Amino acid sequence: MNAAPKLTPKQPDNQLKSIIKLAILAVGGQGGGVLTSWIEAAARSQGYITQATSVAGVAQRTGATIYYIEMAPQGGEGTAMPVFSLAPSAGDVDIMIAAEMMEAGRAILRGFVTPDRTTLIASSHRTLALSEKMTPGDGIASSDEVRAAAEIAADQLILFDMDKLAADNGSVISSALFGALAGSGALPFPRVAFEEAIQASGKGVAASLRAFGAAYTRAQSPNPEAPPSEAPPARMRASRDPSPRGPARLLSQWQALEAEARALPGAEIALLGLRRVVEFQDLAYGRDYLARLRPLAQQDRGDGTLAEAAAKHIANAMCYDDIIRVADLKTRKSRFDRIQTEMKADDKPVQLTEFFHPRGEEIISLLPAALGTWIEARPRLAAWIDRRLNKGRRIRTHRLRGFVLLYVIAGLRRTRRYSLRHQVEQAHLLNWLNLCSETLPKNYDLAVELLLCRRLIKGYSDTHVRGLSKFARILDTLPALIERDDAAQWIARLREAALQDSTGNALDGAIQTVSSFTEPPG
Amino acid sequence: MAERSFKKEVEHLRAGTGETFTGEGILAITKALLENGVGYVGGYQGAPISHLMDVLADAEELLGELGVRFEANASEAAAAAMLSASVHYPIRGAVTFKGSVGVNVASDALANLSSSGVTGGAVVIVGEDYGEGSSIMQERSHAFAMKSQFWLMDPRPNLPSIVQSVGQSFELSEASNTPVMLMVRIRSCHVTGSFECHDNQRPALTVKNALSNPQRDWNRVVLPPMSFAHEQDKVNNRWPAAQQHIIDQKLNEFFGPDSGKIGIVCQGGMYNGVIRALQRLGLADIYGDTDIPIYCLNVTYPLVDQEFLTFAKDKKGVLIIEEGQPEFIEQGFSTMLLRSDLSVKLHGKDVFPMAGEYTGQVMLDGISAFVTQYSPNLMPGQMRAPNQPAPELPDLSQTVPIRPPGFCTGCPERPIFAALKLVQQELGEHQISADIGCHLFASLPPFDIGGATMGYGLGPASNAAFDGGGERRAISIIGDGGFWHNGLSSSIGNMVFNKADSVAVVVDNYYSAATGGQDIPSSRADNPTKSTNNPITKALSGVGVDWVRHIDHTYDVTKMRAIFHEALTTEYDGPKVIVASSECMLNRQRREKPQRNQMINDGKRMEIPRFGVDEDICTGDHACIRLSGCPSLSVKHLNDPMRDDPVASIDQSCVGCGNCGEVADAAVLCPSFYRADVVHNPGRFESRWARMSGRVIHWLQSRRQLGRLEFLEIAP
Repeated sequence: MNAAPKLTPKQPDNQLKSIIKLAILAVGGQGGGVLTSWIEAAARSQGYITQATSVAGVAQRTGATIYYIEMAPQGGEGTAMPVFSLAPSAGDVDIMIAAEMMEAGRAILRGFVTPDRTTLIASSHRTLALSEKMTPGDGIASSDEVRAAAEIAADQLILFDMDKLAADNGSVISSALFGALAGSGALPFPRVAFEEAIQASGKGVAASLRAFGAAYTRAQSPNPEAPPSEAPPARMRASRDPSPRGPARLLSQWQALEAEARALPGAEIALLGLRRVVEFQDLAYGRDYLARLRPLAQQDRGDGTLAEAAAKHIANAMCYDDIIRVADLKTRKSRFDRIQTEMKADDKPVQLTEFFHPRGEEIISLLPAALGTWIEARPRLAAWIDRRLNKGRRIRTHRLRGFVLLYVIAGLRRTRRYSLRHQVEQAHLLNWLNLCSETLPKNYDLAVELLLCRRLIKGYSDTHVRGLSKFARILDTLPALIERDDAAQWIARLREAALQDSTGNALDGAIQTVSSFTEPPG
Repeated sequence: MAERSFKKEVEHLRAGTGETFTGEGILAITKALLENGVGYVGGYQGAPISHLMDVLADAEELLGELGVRFEANASEAAAAAMLSASVHYPIRGAVTFKGSVGVNVASDALANLSSSGVTGGAVVIVGEDYGEGSSIMQERSHAFAMKSQFWLMDPRPNLPSIVQSVGQSFELSEASNTPVMLMVRIRSCHVTGSFECHDNQRPALTVKNALSNPQRDWNRVVLPPMSFAHEQDKVNNRWPAAQQHIIDQKLNEFFGPDSGKIGIVCQGGMYNGVIRALQRLGLADIYGDTDIPIYCLNVTYPLVDQEFLTFAKDKKGVLIIEEGQPEFIEQGFSTMLLRSDLSVKLHGKDVFPMAGEYTGQVMLDGISAFVTQYSPNLMPGQMRAPNQPAPELPDLSQTVPIRPPGFCTGCPERPIFAALKLVQQELGEHQISADIGCHLFASLPPFDIGGATMGYGLGPASNAAFDGGGERRAISIIGDGGFWHNGLSSSIGNMVFNKADSVAVVVDNYYSAATGGQDIPSSRADNPTKSTNNPITKALSGVGVDWVRHIDHTYDVTKMRAIFHEALTTEYDGPKVIVASSECMLNRQRREKPQRNQMINDGKRMEIPRFGVDEDICTGDHACIRLSGCPSLSVKHLNDPMRDDPVASIDQSCVGCGNCGEVADAAVLCPSFYRADVVHNPGRFESRWARMSGRVIHWLQSRRQLGRLEFLEIAP
């Protein structure tokens, strides 16, 4: 019992390094199983004893899945089998393959990527999680944070959009990941061993090999993540070259307006705004736009925040979402062409079904202001109209009947200025702009924030009503805040809260906080 | 038809002596059953052993050739009850289901079976759904073995060991007249590897032949006084027989030196994890040769006093490595040590966490703590004083979003819950109970429907307290799988008998979908060996439900909502059952896609639908996503400085199920969705007509353009 320990201290078995540990993190449906079987086949063909396992469970339905492979060269000791682990351990993974950007983040978070040993092969594309998509505002997680962490955590990093590369080669992401793995040199196998594994699987071989090859080359280039393309984003380009096509008479008027917009601070956005309102209505409306924008923009202090906020939100407010606009956008030739391309229909006929559900009030709001107001003042009549009109309508715009219906509605653009809706929108716009102008001399930053609040108003029917109400509730806090130095920050905070959820719970909480320090204690 | 076909792999099951099998654990188990002369097999699907049922179903032809009967049992209880054939007849039988939930359901039959005892080997293959990837409550099936006195095998997780344990389980069962549960964990079910095959064996007595010579022995019936005799038989005869068999056949294994200051006892399933930790500490080589004695329990119940006390003798400390809670094995060994005069100290849940999976890190930490306590000088230098500080990493825990499971693209259950969410917006929140199945995903965002689940087929039953009705009726959900498993009697029968003034929704997607798309009695497929096409509505009226509404196209959200509305507001105060039927999209696509491509290639007319979003009309509120959560409906940033919020976008994977348009209509959302049906191989007249209307439309479009400025539309 008291004998000295028989054992002497040791270092981890050197042979242990000969076990290669490879983990794959994917989103269900990305073909992680296929990739795993290819890697197994390649390893076995090179005389490696290989073990793979996976955790699927309910994760196969859109959740995160994990596959794990261990392999070791066949030893000289005859039949002795290495003892492999069935799950990856933090700090003990040689090759980490992540089939999506946030899965790469998850791998780092779980400690599977360490600077002393891990080659991280990841696709930089995003498959958004539901929580990112549900937010009424912008809930998309930051890929840059994951990228920064990956650069620190990984010994070798191969990161590029493998999903796109695969699609460009008519294949799916598993073959691109496999190519990047081969190209990384992290596995001591020749390229042909990988390619044979794909060939042996016998399904979509040609496309898989194409994507494999492209990813292989990309992974071997010194900087696999190609720099962002030189061409500026498309819509930005538009602002530099907004010249429209059309009758010469209209073009010359446009050029005059364009010159006016270019002279304003924040011209880039002003031009986009001008384009937007002219597209929405006509050149005269563009003139109105510049007239409203100019007094605010000219008071910009030089950094463009005020001018740009005004240019953007005045334009968006003037281009309210009514049925005329929807019908106009839905009947344009450019839209028909775009759909034909997006659906990869070539010259095949495409049948289009639009889903409309106009409510009575939306139709009434198209009527001349006086008539519309008259009806709205008679709730029973308005309800009767609503019962007649309020139902879902499927409009088939590839057929003449459906198309002409929308075409005629789009033609109401000419009379839009006289409609009830226009009157209401104008009043709301002017109220808001007056408020901003009045605030401007008192508190410049606050005025900018008030302009930005217009972002909350968007959408149709209930969504629109909800946005209006959030906007109004934030503006209601203004009298209590206006004397405070941090009023601008508070309005910004309220706006962010309003964008967090659809129910407005976050906004309620934020407003409560505001009233807790603005209301006199009682 | 199941989600995954094993038709190709099943051919490998014919391999004979001298051949090597390479593949997945599940297939290896099936092969081992055939090599051991099994007479009948059955079970109920569920991760991680769903594929075992699929393999058996796909192998039915081979099973038939060998005279083996295969049953796709109605539930785990039915599967366990089938083992009754081994009570009187010397026939080997095996059933499979998941643990611990399947064992819960089966426990009545298992307890009776264990009391009666068996003549032929009876084996339950349990897929223990514990740890990462598990979809159920975290419990151990171990407790059932202890309470009913059947034996529990837990082989090392490599193919040769798993295969060997199947034969050992039958032998142990026969040697001790006791059923044996063979436990495989999630990862061992999917682990790949190789083993040497043997020829398949026909059962010595087939179930068919057994019917020619019926057997009975009233001593086996669980009735007093025999039931008292059974209990005595268990502890006085079967238990010692099992222990002796375990010793004689060396079912448990010893590794490492014969003696040492410390030792490790582990469950067989933990062995690879233990060795990996020892490898990382420099205490084992890659082949598992270790300097620390290991006693590996391939049989975790019953424990064998003689083996353990011999192992523990001469040691100062012994570590028990036993995953999950409570620590039954450690407690068993503690009793043995207390009754002995050994002074060895026992460790286990003191250095290991009581709850949760023994991951690589947990294993490393636990074993390190134990070894350090007794022989710190054994630890590698870097563990004692790490000289390389870990690098500082940015914290991603707030960045990386969780990815909970959700409905698949085009799932027919999505519109059901969209409709229910809409109806609740109108009538207020209701008490809703959920069940087991894909539909349970509705309890997560974006639907947030249903707050509890009490078990498979128990959705309506778990609302029973509210069956008396109130201001707002209680609603319960049950799937078609749960309906046939247990729900028809326990839930629907319960509602009828108690005159429940509540609403039950049967989600009928034609399969046991969550477990991998196996057929059930109401499946619409023609299955040559099973009876399908038994309508749920018929069963409902048979059991006495008078108020039944059936919708056979769940995607009609408006109609779905109207039915919910009716059920919740009708004067009728008896049980109201809504059957919402549409085929599981995953299975439907798998079935239809090849047919569709074939028809297009054959030049037949075919419309392929897909949805799209007009970006300029979408305002980026994402209300549509809060009523959908479809994987193909996402959001994207436009490269437009005029727009702040990302807009909705539908990708290539859209199957055109129609939910987006229906929801936009029913919830009065925005008009930005459109459906585009691409017509393949249109008829000549159709093409000409399309061209003509196209020309008129084009003319109208150009005409309008004359009076206005046209800005180039630029794709983002």
